[in-house]
Amino acid sequence: MVEAVRPKRKSPYPLWFFLPAAVIYGVFFLLPTATSFWYSLTRWDLMTAEFIGLENFHQFFSEPFLVQGLINTLIYAAMTSGLKTVFGLLLAVLLTSNLIARGFLRTVVFFPVLVSTIGIGITFTVMMHPTRGIINVALEATGIDGPGWLTDPALALFSVALVDLWKGVGLATLIFIAGLAAISPDYYEASRIDGATRMQQFRRITLPLVQPATITVITLSLIGGLRSFDLIWAMTRGGPGFSSDVVASVIYKQYQAGFYGLSTAGNVILFALIAAIMVPLTAMFNRREIDQ
Amino acid sequence: MTLRMKTKLTAVTALTALLLSGMAFADTTLTFLVDNNTDSVAAAEALATAYSEKHPDVTVEVEQRPGGGEGDNIVKTRLATGEMTDVFLYNSGSLLQALKPESSLLDLTDLPSQPKVADGFKSVVSADSKVYGVPYGTTMAGGIFYNKKIYSELGLTPPKTWAEFMANNEKIKAAGKVAVAQTYRDTWTSQLFVLADYYNLQAQVPNFAADYTANKAKYATTPAAVKGFERLQDVHDKGLLNEDFGAGTYDDGLRMVATGEAAHYPMLSFAIGALKQNYPDEMANVGFFAQPGDDAANNGLTVWMPPAVYIPKTTANVEEAKKFADFVGSVDGCKAIMAVNTVQGPPLIDGCDLPADVPAAISDMLPYFKDGKTAPALEFLSPIKGPALEQITVEVGSGMRPAAEAAALYDEDVRKQAKQLGIPNW
Repeated sequence: MVEAVRPKRKSPYPLWFFLPAAVIYGVFFLLPTATSFWYSLTRWDLMTAEFIGLENFHQFFSEPFLVQGLINTLIYAAMTSGLKTVFGLLLAVLLTSNLIARGFLRTVVFFPVLVSTIGIGITFTVMMHPTRGIINVALEATGIDGPGWLTDPALALFSVALVDLWKGVGLATLIFIAGLAAISPDYYEASRIDGATRMQQFRRITLPLVQPATITVITLSLIGGLRSFDLIWAMTRGGPGFSSDVVASVIYKQYQAGFYGLSTAGNVILFALIAAIMVPLTAMFNRREIDQ
Repeated sequence: MTLRMKTKLTAVTALTALLLSGMAFADTTLTFLVDNNTDSVAAAEALATAYSEKHPDVTVEVEQRPGGGEGDNIVKTRLATGEMTDVFLYNSGSLLQALKPESSLLDLTDLPSQPKVADGFKSVVSADSKVYGVPYGTTMAGGIFYNKKIYSELGLTPPKTWAEFMANNEKIKAAGKVAVAQTYRDTWTSQLFVLADYYNLQAQVPNFAADYTANKAKYATTPAAVKGFERLQDVHDKGLLNEDFGAGTYDDGLRMVATGEAAHYPMLSFAIGALKQNYPDEMANVGFFAQPGDDAANNGLTVWMPPAVYIPKTTANVEEAKKFADFVGSVDGCKAIMAVNTVQGPPLIDGCDLPADVPAAISDMLPYFKDGKTAPALEFLSPIKGPALEQITVEVGSGMRPAAEAAALYDEDVRKQAKQLGIPNW
């Protein structure tokens, strides 16, 4: 059987054309990645690095809070990603309908994305203060005894995830608005003539046709959630105790303690974790996109 | 080029030349990195001014950095990259050991000012019997600040044992006041009951520090060492804390004990500086006692050493930097610091006496020193301090983890630190 040889397409650009980009990529991306794999195998105090094999990985996995940190990371990523997808889509549907001041409302939804995460974290920390925060003061006025949003170990992670939702939902909405705008109005018109209800239109037309946008939102927010750090650090520092620690904050604490090799090993593990989740997920999404 | 532009250009050139020639007068500029704590900065500025008056050809430029873990990273990174200032301020004791002084700092053993520096201080800035720093401030202590007004209203006396302390607390609680202020938003403040219990621990187990460093003694298996964790749990379990202890900050704690919202706040004596600044009118109402143990006859104080001034090996101005460090460690330098800073305990330099009017909390502290009832905190006797202690103590103090379990968990944390430092026997 003769195998069909695909003709090798010759690049229209000469080789030197790629050189600058290749150098930048090599120096700023390949080299640091390679050195970080090396340093993860050492006891490193920034000045000297002593090779200790897989000791750091062993230590990191015996870290008493790593397991909880891993579980928290997964909960946090799944929760923020799921909520952002659902609320992003609903808001996008709302904001593509015929509303008064639609442009203004879109801006308002997007605004939190532009504000500094640390600023948001500090502001919400003040608002979520158990006795003096505006949230609990308001709840008290209506007769409800508000919980310690950030001080109750069972609640802290969820409180931060809700703030993350508020901060990140604007970006998801924006992507969904673009996705919705790409759906031809003909489908809606045709279905209306066939007597479809609004609910049916949403389920049979909007949802399937907006899928590329959904995939983008899920992918982006899942990666964001898995490596999320700044908001958690600004609001709880992984506390109370270790109850809202995620992998990234466990890593940061090792770095803070001066365990540079150990924290590098943690980053290698985080890299592997994100890859292990995202590679099959994107492969699955790509298959589904092709199937359509 | 128009005439006006030409004139301007000439003027600029002349000005530049003037500036350059001004610099060429060879003033040495020493850079001095300190943490951004108000007291540290005020003292650094005072030292810089005092030094420039004596040596007009030297200018000392003070740079600031954040404190805490973030500051540790800045210091370590700048040392490792050779970007450190000519002189810098940093902790003594176990944190200094993490900088590897032998390879990164200049040996200051032979500074003319060293003979007058207390030996107790030298031992916490030394490695391999070489001294690397000069003291920056006075001795500090860890213990319990208390509100004297509440004490006199309820007719209480400062406790000598833990049982007396808890009895006082019950009376304060019954009077409708917060007995003990805790502030776990600033996690580091949660460690005090454990760290300040070290006097009591070493009174019962004199070899603890050495055995602990050698991996022979553990917190979990030394009953006197678990005590600190148990005391922290005790105040929580008896419901003595402020309602919002989980969200309280260090500043909240100081406010509560100064204004009489709370009767006690366990803290290091460096808080006197902040108290004096924020609550100058309440200073007479704030007293201090050592963390009580089980034995009334042996009631003593756990002592902390102040930070020190060091010189990195990478400095270009070795001689000038050494002269400045020598000044910081001298009686004149000590007095320059004392003039602007709040005294936090007895001085460490011979001939640099305390001013006559010290805050009430300091007068409460001095008898312990006079009677010899003091012991250095564990972090000055052993290079190993687990980095997660503050999270663990938050857990104990919030009732999330029992004391015994916490002690065992802390032992794990200590093991990690020891291994990372490459200490033998681990």
